[in-house]
Amino acid sequence: MSTQNRSSGLEYTNISEIKGPLLIINGVTSSAFDELVEITTPAGTKRLGRVLEIGGGNAVVQVFEGTTGLSVSETKTRFLGKTMEIPVSDQLLGRVFDGLGRPIDGLPDPVGEKFIDINGESINPERRDFPEDFIQTGVSSIDGLNTLVRGQKLPIFSGAGLPHNLLAAQIARQATVPGKGEEFAVVFAAIGVQNSEAAFFRKSLEESGALKRSILYVNLADDPAIERIITPRVALTAAEYLAFEKNTHVLVIISDMTNYAEALREISAAREEVPGRKGYPGYLYTDLATIYERAGKIKGTNGSLTQIPILSMPSDDITHPIPDLTGYITEGQIVLGRDLHRKEIYPPVSILSCLSRLMKEGVGEGKTRNDHQNVSSQLYSAYSRALELRALAEIVGKAGLAPNDIKYLEFGDLFENKFLKQGFDENRTLEDTLGIAWDLFSTLPVDELTKVKQDEIDSYLKVK
Amino acid sequence: MQAKGKIIWISGPAVKADGMSSAQMYETVEVGKDKIVGEIIRLTGDTAFIQVYESTSGLTPGEPVVGTGTPLSVTLGPGMMGTIYDGLQRPLDKIAAKAGSFITRGIHVAPIPKKKWNFIPEVKVGDTVHAGSILGTVKETDLIDHKILAPPTAPTGKITEVVKEGSYDKDHIIAIAEGKGNKSEFTMHHDWPVRQARPFTQRYDPELPLVTGQRVLDTFFPITKGGTGAIPGGFGTGKTVTLHQVASWSDASVVFHIGCGERGNEMTEVLIKFPELKDPRSGKSLMERTVLVANTSNMPVAAREASIYTGITMAEYYRDMGYDTVLVADSTSRWAEALRELSGRLEEMPAEEGYPSYLASRLAEFYERAGRVKCLGSPDRDGSVTVIGAVSPPGGDFTEPVSTHTMRCIKTFWALDTKLAYSRHYPSINWMTSYSGYSESIDKWWVDNVDADRPKLRLETYTILQREDVLKEIVRLLGPEALPDEEKLILDVARMIKEGFLQQMAFDKVDRYCSPEKQVKMMKLYTDFYKESQKALKNGVNLDTIRGLPVVSSIIRSKYEIPDDDLGKMDELSKSMLSSFNELANKEVAAVVDTK
Repeated sequence: MSTQNRSSGLEYTNISEIKGPLLIINGVTSSAFDELVEITTPAGTKRLGRVLEIGGGNAVVQVFEGTTGLSVSETKTRFLGKTMEIPVSDQLLGRVFDGLGRPIDGLPDPVGEKFIDINGESINPERRDFPEDFIQTGVSSIDGLNTLVRGQKLPIFSGAGLPHNLLAAQIARQATVPGKGEEFAVVFAAIGVQNSEAAFFRKSLEESGALKRSILYVNLADDPAIERIITPRVALTAAEYLAFEKNTHVLVIISDMTNYAEALREISAAREEVPGRKGYPGYLYTDLATIYERAGKIKGTNGSLTQIPILSMPSDDITHPIPDLTGYITEGQIVLGRDLHRKEIYPPVSILSCLSRLMKEGVGEGKTRNDHQNVSSQLYSAYSRALELRALAEIVGKAGLAPNDIKYLEFGDLFENKFLKQGFDENRTLEDTLGIAWDLFSTLPVDELTKVKQDEIDSYLKVK
Repeated sequence: MQAKGKIIWISGPAVKADGMSSAQMYETVEVGKDKIVGEIIRLTGDTAFIQVYESTSGLTPGEPVVGTGTPLSVTLGPGMMGTIYDGLQRPLDKIAAKAGSFITRGIHVAPIPKKKWNFIPEVKVGDTVHAGSILGTVKETDLIDHKILAPPTAPTGKITEVVKEGSYDKDHIIAIAEGKGNKSEFTMHHDWPVRQARPFTQRYDPELPLVTGQRVLDTFFPITKGGTGAIPGGFGTGKTVTLHQVASWSDASVVFHIGCGERGNEMTEVLIKFPELKDPRSGKSLMERTVLVANTSNMPVAAREASIYTGITMAEYYRDMGYDTVLVADSTSRWAEALRELSGRLEEMPAEEGYPSYLASRLAEFYERAGRVKCLGSPDRDGSVTVIGAVSPPGGDFTEPVSTHTMRCIKTFWALDTKLAYSRHYPSINWMTSYSGYSESIDKWWVDNVDADRPKLRLETYTILQREDVLKEIVRLLGPEALPDEEKLILDVARMIKEGFLQQMAFDKVDRYCSPEKQVKMMKLYTDFYKESQKALKNGVNLDTIRGLPVVSSIIRSKYEIPDDDLGKMDELSKSMLSSFNELANKEVAAVVDTK
C-alpha cells in the first residue's frame, strides 16, 4: 500500500452517520469519485477507505478495515486526492502481504518501481492475443478432458469440505508448458480463508521451492470483511505488472470468491441498494467481470496471466448466483463432486459438469497430440452413457441390461478408478493420460468408438 | 441552445448535473474535463440525470457538463466492414493506437476512416432522388459493394450536380440535389440516431429461410431472413459456439456480431478466426463481410446498454443497401442487466428481480427492428435484418424475466439443454422444447430449391425422435430389455439420428457446414434405414444382426466423412445400405431353405 503523501488532501471531521462499513461525511467541498480516504480513529490509529458516492456536500466512504471503534465526533478523515494504488516491482516476489497489500512477513515495505491503480483498466479486445499454449497440470481429468491454456481463467467450483485447496496447490506446483521449461510465477490471493488453509498453501509452495517466485496476499477469515473487496484487485495488479511489463507467465489463484461476493453484498445492503438474486447486488456480474477479465495475453508481450479462482458453492448448488455468474464470465469450470469424494477418489472432478472453453485451441496436432480432442469426446460420451446405465441398473438390476451395456458399466468404474483417481504427488504427463484412456477404450467393442477416427484407432488402440 | 451545467452528484456510471434546463432527453453530453461521453436519461427541473459511457473514477462535483444538441448517433459510410468497434462506434484498433493495450477513458477517434474511395456514380444530372435512394457505389471489400445512400431524411429533389467516377474521401460532396425550396448536398456518409429505427417502404412476410448449414437448425428449427430468434441456455451449453456457427456459415451477405458484456477472449477469437475462415459460397475471408461490436463484461456498463442499438443501426444501414444482414447479440441478458443497474442508480421502482418495468417494451422494440423489407428510394431493392439474441438465464432457468419477455418477441426458440451439453451432445439444442414459427412458411423454398420430399422426410425423422422421447420414459422404469424389438429399433435409430444428424462438430473441417442438399440426403438415409430394418424384423431377422451391420457406423460417420462437394458418395452409401439388407434377406431365405 502506498504510504507516501503524494498529495496533501483535505481534512474533514464532520461525520454525520456511521452504518455498517460506511461513513457519511458532510460538508465535503472537493472530492472525487473513487478517491482514497485516510481515517484516523479516536484512538489515533489509521485506516483506509474509498469514496463510493459523492454529491450535495456529502461523501459516502467505505472503510476497508471496518467501522468498529469509530465515533461521529472524534474521527478525522483526510481525502488523499488519488485512487488506491500499490507500488510494484520485482521485489514483490517471495513476499507475503495482508489483504490491502501491506507486508506481514516482518520485512520492510517493498520499493516500488512505480505506483499502479488497483482497479486496472480493461484490456482492449483488439490487443488481446488468443490463449492457445497447453499447460500440463499433471492431473488427468484436467489435461485430458478440460485442458487449461496460458491466459485462461478456469475456476474450481467446490463445496465445503472438498479438497479444492489440495488440487489448487497441486496445480500450482506441477503446472508447466511441456518443452518450454518456463516456470510460472504464482500469485495467491487468500480471501477470508481459515488460518490453516493459508498456512497449508504457503507450506506447499515452500516445500516445492516455488515460494521465491510467488507473492501471497492474505486476508484471513478473522480479518476485516470489507478488505476482501480490495484483496483480489491488489493481487491482480501485481500479477498484471509481472505478466505484461516483466514478460512473466503468472498463475493467479484466488480463494475463495464466495467470501468476496459476500463482502460486496454487505456493502450493497448498507447502501440500501435494490437487490438482485439472493440479496446480491444487481451489478454482481459486472463486478465479478472486473476481476475475472483481468486474465489473458496481450499482443507484443511475452507474459501471460492465467487465473484459477476457487469458489465454494453454497450447499453445492451450481445455480447459486455466485457460481452461476462466474460460469458466464470464465472460460469453463472444474467442478468437484461430493459423490466421488465419498468414494475416496482424488481429485473428485465431476467431469460431466466441467468444461474448458479454450481446450480446442490448445490441443491437437502440433500442440499436444492428434487424437487428444477425439479421445476426450469419446471418454465423455462413454462415461456419460455409463452413468445413465448405472442409474438404470439401480432400478432394473444388471439383468435387465444388454451385454454391451454391462461393458459400459464396467467402463464407468474403471474410468473413475484408473483415469480420475491419482495421487496428490502424482504428476502424469499427457502421454500417460492419453495412454490410460486408450487402455480403457480397449474394454469396449471397437464399433462403439464412433467419436475417434479410424486412423486413430489403428495407431493407438491395443486390442486385448 | 447549448446546455452548460455542472456535476453535482456521482455514483458509478450515473451522474447528476444542474444548470441543464435547455438539455433534451437522450441528448449526448460531454462530462467533465476529459469530455467523456454521456447521455441524458432523465430531466427534473434543471437537473439532468446522465448515464456515462466511461469510467467515472476520479470525477469531481463542479466539473462542467456540456450538451452536444444531438442524440446518440452512429456515422454510416464506407470503411465499417471488418472493423471492431466498442459500444459507441469507436474503432478499437484506433483506440489501441492512441492508448495502448488497455482502454483508457476520454479517447476520441473517428468511427470511419478518412481515406479515399473510388466512387462510381449511379445517378446523373436530372434524375430524381428520394430519401434512401442509391447515389453511387464504392467497393468496400471484395465481398461488399457499398451503396452510397441519400439519408432517409433527405427531401425529394432533382440532381443538379454529380461528381465523375474517381477517388474521394468521405467528406467530399459527391452530389447535389434541388427540390421545392430546398437544396441537399450529399457526401458518402450520414449520421443516424441509434435509438430510432431506420425507415423502409414495406415489410414482407417471412418466406426465405436463412440457411445456416447447421442441421438441427435448418431442418427442425429454421429461422428466416428477417426473422427473430433467441438462444437461451445456462453457461457451458454452447450458446457462443452456436452463434459463431451461424455468424460464420449462414447465407447472409453481412454479419454483425455484438459482444455485449461477454468475454474479451471471445471477441479476440472472432478477430483471429474470421480472417482465416472462408465463406462457403464466395471463398473469401469471412472478415470481409463482418462487423464486430465489442463491449466486454469489464468495459463500462452504460456503453453495453448502447452497444446493441449501435449494432442494429449499422445492420439496418446495410439492409437499406439491399443486403441480407444477420445480427447476433451475445448476450441480451447482460444488456438487460445494464438496464437494471442504471435503473437502480436512478432509484426507479423495480419490477421482477430488480429489472425495470420497461424491460419488456425495450426488448420488443429491439426485436421489432428485424425484418425483410422493401427499401426506401430508388432503384427497387429488398434487404433484411435477421436478429438472433443469446439469453443467459441465471441457473439455466427459463422462467426468469429476460427469457420470458424475450420469448414473447421472437419466433424461433433454440433451447439449449444443460444435460445434452454435459454428455457433449453439441449443438446442445433440445429437439423437444425448441420451436420455430417459420417451419411451414419456408416449406415452399425447400420444395422448389432442394427436394420435393423434404417436408415428408422431415416429419418422418422427427416422428422417430418423438416416439423415442415417449419410450424413454418406459425404459427409465423397466429397462430397455422390456420393450419389443420394434420399439428397441426406434431407440436404436433415434440414437443414430442423435449422434449422426443432430450432433454436429463445429471444429471439424467437413462437419461444420452441411449443405441443404446433404441434410435432405442424410434424412433419407436414416429414414430408409429405419424402414428397411422394420421390414427385416418382420421377416424374422434378429435385431442384434441389424445392430451389427457394418453400415451402421458408416451412416453415423457420413456427417464428417462425406464432404458437400462429393455428395455422390451419399447415394453410394444409400445403395450399400440397401444391399446389406438384401443380403440379410437372402441369408434368411437360404436359412429357411436349409431347414427345409
